[in-house]
Amino acid sequence: MGMTITEKILAKHSNKEKVSAGENIWVDVDILLTHDVTGPGTISVFKQEFGKDAKVWDPSKVVIIPDHYIFTNDFHAKRNIEILREFVTEQGIENYYDVGSSRYKGVCHVALPEEGFTRPGEVLFGTDSHTCTAGAFGEFATGIGNTDAAFILGTGKLWVKVPETVRFVFKGDMPDYLMAKDLILKIIGDIGVDGASYQTMEFAGEAIHQLNIEERMTLCNMVIEAGGKNGVIAPDEKTREYVKSRSNVEFTEYFNDEDAVFSAEKVYDVDDLKPLVAMPHSPENVDLAENLSDVRLDQVYIGSCTGGKLTDYIAAAKIMNGRNVMVNTYVIPATTDIMRSLWIERVDGKSLYQIFYDAGCKIGNPSCGACLGGPEDTYGRLNGDEVCLSTTNRNFPGRMGSKNAKVFLGSPLTAAASALTGKITDPRKFI
Amino acid sequence: MKNKVISGKVFVLGNDVDTDQIIPAQHLVYSTHSPEERKLFGRYALSGVPDNESGLPYGGMRFVEEGEYRSIFKIIVAGKNFGCGSSREHAPLALNVAGVEAVVASSYARIFYRNSVDGGFILPLESREIIYENFSTGDEAEIDTVNNEIRNLSTGKSYLLKPLGDAGDIIQAGGLFAYARKLGIVKSVEVE
Repeated sequence: MGMTITEKILAKHSNKEKVSAGENIWVDVDILLTHDVTGPGTISVFKQEFGKDAKVWDPSKVVIIPDHYIFTNDFHAKRNIEILREFVTEQGIENYYDVGSSRYKGVCHVALPEEGFTRPGEVLFGTDSHTCTAGAFGEFATGIGNTDAAFILGTGKLWVKVPETVRFVFKGDMPDYLMAKDLILKIIGDIGVDGASYQTMEFAGEAIHQLNIEERMTLCNMVIEAGGKNGVIAPDEKTREYVKSRSNVEFTEYFNDEDAVFSAEKVYDVDDLKPLVAMPHSPENVDLAENLSDVRLDQVYIGSCTGGKLTDYIAAAKIMNGRNVMVNTYVIPATTDIMRSLWIERVDGKSLYQIFYDAGCKIGNPSCGACLGGPEDTYGRLNGDEVCLSTTNRNFPGRMGSKNAKVFLGSPLTAAASALTGKITDPRKFI
Repeated sequence: MKNKVISGKVFVLGNDVDTDQIIPAQHLVYSTHSPEERKLFGRYALSGVPDNESGLPYGGMRFVEEGEYRSIFKIIVAGKNFGCGSSREHAPLALNVAGVEAVVASSYARIFYRNSVDGGFILPLESREIIYENFSTGDEAEIDTVNNEIRNLSTGKSYLLKPLGDAGDIIQAGGLFAYARKLGIVKSVEVE
């Protein structure tokens, strides 16, 4: 019986010839990622358990990217950044992207690949549930809590249960009105927010390999919204090109054996799909955008690790070019690299920045921003009973601030179209 | 595991209670290790649950009274996929600080379960069926961790729980570090 991509990666990292779904194993960790919300707690557990003078197992494998509560006056949030700063100095951790410096990046899940820390075949853990984003590079990547992260800081190891793999195959050519966000919403709508609990979600098929790297990241990013442990996409030439232009570290590519065992396989034809929206208050509460055209919006939000990448803004700009938004529309790029690209990348000769500015969007600084609400002074946070369409990943009660707000999730195309009309709008109206 | 029998008042929640409901994101800024700041996680535990779902079947119940940080409820009974959403360990920690000893849900989101076990914050138990509709907030209940059952003392009915399974050894040890020390993977830290 053969192995899946995930089984092969985990076998390699536990020095075993073979592992099978259901086994509990100890794995060696390639990269540990943390940020300003979960980093300080992780550091506290590390010092408590390994001693106040303890040293991390390998400073070159620890990456700390503050991104959550950055542009706020919250006292405790600022204090937490100082804790990270002291820790990286004390431990000699160079992979730190400090707030208020030219190294500042923004959202960790997008910054991590940009800075060359995601590679096929590796094991990545991060103290954030959307660490699964990096499965787009053909690696094992999943979110953990502070205690597990502190354990890794001290030992470089963690126990994992080898997950089964459920496979999603997308056939056909991606139409121009669909984005990765529509594909993952389709899956979550079909299987539910716990439909892939404890499992690897593998994405395959020609439509998947037509997607660029950022779109693949969007797919893997939301596997946690179906309860998945990790997402994975087999590496191809696009993966190699992206990774090799950012990292000099050698890597190994893993592919499913012919006789690998999957817990299930679902096949979709992208030609059958239409733009989708998840309604309040769950990512599984999915309907066609065209069925929701009477939903009036107060706000549109285009940002986050899920929907704040360059591909997302190019898509939105194509629709917004030469038009004006009807509602408060926030553009919060995931990273500083993407913010810079908004000035450089052009649609019909106009920079994306110019298009968004002329359309009347509110353009904010790169960070997680209002995706997860955050401190009350967070730019774009929903503080009352607003109705918002967002390109982010979750719409559970209170996710973007007030629990009285209503959050709908859609693709950047759907968000841009909806911003122009002030109602939920199928982007095909503008394409 | 300290107790073989856990008894106390029950707070009832439904399906898919996510980590933002357990501890809203704006409260994640407090220190998890400062004794005073840590209390705030208890104060705001379950403050993100929509009012009509807070303390079923009627809703509108406070889990922690205004200004307090301990709850009168020691047991949470909930539906499926408890703790879905973010990886914040502050979620099981907040329930622990509020005084919760056990959660009985029909299933858990993976990271919440792992955090509960590895951090040793609360005992996450799985019921064999969805049972939250058989409890009312305020009912007295008793969990028997030897015979794997929860008894609703207010109705006299008992419900079976699943055995602890793979995580049992870590739960018995009291958390990941205690477990790893037993295995010799982590050495004991010299306490000054």
